[in-house]
Amino acid sequence: MSQVDTRGLSCPEPVILTKQALEQGTLPVSVLVSDMTPLENIRRYAENNGYKVEEKAIADEWELTITK
Amino acid sequence: MIQTIDFFPPIVDDPYEFGQIAAANSISDVYAMGGEPKTALNLLCVAESMSKDVIRAILAGGADKAMEAGVIIAGGHSIEDPEPKYGMAVTGYAHPDQVRTNSGAKEGDLIILTKALGSGILTTALGADLLDKETEKLVIKTMAHLNKYAAEAMQTLSPSACTDVTGFGLLGHLAEMATGSDLSATVISQNVPLLNHAIAFAKDGIIPGGAYRNRDFLKDSIEISNEAKREIVDILFDPQTSGGLLIAISEKDADTLLKRLEGAGESGVVIGQFKQRSSHAVYVK
Repeated sequence: MSQVDTRGLSCPEPVILTKQALEQGTLPVSVLVSDMTPLENIRRYAENNGYKVEEKAIADEWELTITK
Repeated sequence: MIQTIDFFPPIVDDPYEFGQIAAANSISDVYAMGGEPKTALNLLCVAESMSKDVIRAILAGGADKAMEAGVIIAGGHSIEDPEPKYGMAVTGYAHPDQVRTNSGAKEGDLIILTKALGSGILTTALGADLLDKETEKLVIKTMAHLNKYAAEAMQTLSPSACTDVTGFGLLGHLAEMATGSDLSATVISQNVPLLNHAIAFAKDGIIPGGAYRNRDFLKDSIEISNEAKREIVDILFDPQTSGGLLIAISEKDADTLLKRLEGAGESGVVIGQFKQRSSHAVYVK
């Protein structure tokens, strides 16, 4: 399992970092997100590229777990 | 007399092209309202790091667009600001009977859009160096294109309502038009013209936050059917820079307008229709 911390970063950087982690192939990838825009964008990238996304809200932030 | 103002930070690297886009965007509102732009004042925020050449190039881009529009730049004002910005305050004139608003649409009117959508998504991709040169050129050309020619095609046809598509996205501006006209609009999402590669970037999540803010702001006004694809709906919410005209016109006049737009080398596509008011302002199919 690999982890990507995108908290505080603005789009499209969180999506690009997530893409790089997924391309390395160690699943699942856990992504920490602190804003709605990257949350939506990472979900779109992952789902449209054949991954499944599980979302867990932690206070004002989210943890996305991405698997095949 | 019509007065309008807009300015924003650079969305493209080339200062001359940025000047052109900012000017086309500032002048656009006058065309949407059925007027003829006449004079403008420059607004410029200069960062300390900007060279004189860059400042000159921005102003030259604006001046060339103003010239194309027949607008005289009568002066302007600049201040120092860490983030550069450029735009114009534009004055135009229209005969009181010819002024078009965004609230006069009539039941049965067709909805015509004159520029393809996706400039917000593509400039986000451009900012992250994800765009190929050809697409970059296309989006810059689209944003720098004046709405003058589309507005000229409407002359003598008296469309019932018109606005330009900018920051609220197609659906935001359409919802405003529908609510202001006490009607509901139906949009056929598959018919909406989209810039090349906008769909691919939308699918990859290269979508600006403004698109999601537009969607959340409009959630009670818009009903989206399951048949509409998510990536296209995302583009319908995408904030546009210097977007096209959104025109409500009777079915009878729509054909003439489409022929004139085509004859002038302009894009013009019927994307939907106004119907009797129901619970939502816009229905996306």
